[in-house]
Amino acid sequence: MTVTLPSTGQVWDWLSEVPDPEIPVVSVTDLGIVRDVRWDGDTLAVAVTPTYSGCPATAVIDLAIETHLRAKGVEKVRLERRLSPPWTTDWVTAEAREKLKSYGIAPPIDGTAPDGRGGLAARLSGRANLVIECPRCGSGNTAKVSQFGSTPCKASYQCRDCLEPFDYFKCH
Amino acid sequence: MPSLPDAEMPDALALAERAAAEQVHDPHVADVDLKPAFFDWLCRIGDNALILGHRVSEWCGHAPVLEEDIALANVALDLIGQTQMWLSLAAEVEDKGRTADDLAYLRDAMKFRNIKLVELPNGDMGVTVMRQFLFDAYHFELLTALARSESPRVAEIAAKALKEVAYHLERSSDLVIRLGDGTAESHARMQAALDALWPYAGEVFVADAVDEAVARAGIAPALPDLLPKWERTVAEVLDEATLTRPDRRFDVHVGGKQGRHTEHLGYILAEMQFLQRAYPGAEW
Repeated sequence: MTVTLPSTGQVWDWLSEVPDPEIPVVSVTDLGIVRDVRWDGDTLAVAVTPTYSGCPATAVIDLAIETHLRAKGVEKVRLERRLSPPWTTDWVTAEAREKLKSYGIAPPIDGTAPDGRGGLAARLSGRANLVIECPRCGSGNTAKVSQFGSTPCKASYQCRDCLEPFDYFKCH
Repeated sequence: MPSLPDAEMPDALALAERAAAEQVHDPHVADVDLKPAFFDWLCRIGDNALILGHRVSEWCGHAPVLEEDIALANVALDLIGQTQMWLSLAAEVEDKGRTADDLAYLRDAMKFRNIKLVELPNGDMGVTVMRQFLFDAYHFELLTALARSESPRVAEIAAKALKEVAYHLERSSDLVIRLGDGTAESHARMQAALDALWPYAGEVFVADAVDEAVARAGIAPALPDLLPKWERTVAEVLDEATLTRPDRRFDVHVGGKQGRHTEHLGYILAEMQFLQRAYPGAEW
């Protein structure tokens, strides 16, 4: 019996249907955490990179990917963990940023992670230039409540105009 | 805010290609002569993250304000995630069939290789924040150097962890400054915390044969090379925090790296290891 294996392009399409367990409005491909899809004989190898080392969603994401691919008829799936290059919010797609915003999470502002040159610039300038817009009313008059929010990837902010607290998907 | 050290991130794509090419054949991982020192050194890095992560997690649900409670839990989570990566590599290097979980849950206190600083009780928020800052300032420099390790396996873990630790250092520096240069009460508590922790802060820079062996192999930096950078960060932050660096040695309480611990570690392990000791192999 000859089994035709689905193309990797098809697999990528399927993966774009797998939601992130913490932020279900975006998919695992939107977040840029699926790094590679390839056939190793008749086994489908999917390389996934963790967002944060201790992200509790990692195991759930692996399970969700495997479950979804099996439902699509892929019999042999192997999930690989890939650490390098380390995940960065630069890989979050433009489409996903819009989805995050409409979901109430301010999307990351690239180049502002504390480990990069942008972070240094932000520090030297007292961070005055880093304006995180309120995802609800669009105001730039917002304040950081805490660098560490409800999940490892988010910081807590509050809008000074509409007074709503909101999450900021922090640059990483 | 003083100018905290700025990490020059290595070329991520080059790092990835190197890791992909050498993933299976990182020559250091299979080096028999290097194995004892490499394993011991990986346990030191992993145990520092594990024990500090566990200590910090004890604040969960007890911190004075909600934002700090969440931040502490986040930091603990990062550290325990990093532990998973370091101890997994340690187990692989050791090659005796143990896993990261075995190393975390089934070793006795004398086999732990963390510095004494990280096992000290949390004390008040002043002690917790100061301990975190003294460690973060070192951790950041260590990981920055390790991201350029000649061992691609070590380099990729360090590059990942560095992104998280940069946030830890930013937060702890900020808090040391705000509390040190805060009220008379918060200033006094921060100075007391600094005075109490200072004799523990230097253990991490005291090199022994293990540190020298991994440095010679190109895996890790020579510890004395990290010290000036740590001292600069500490001096800048303490200065802005209006705190006084104690005029005494900072490397008094040593031995943790060789497995000689304070009494406090045993209590941490009793809690952390209880389940696997009472119900071996339990899973959920």
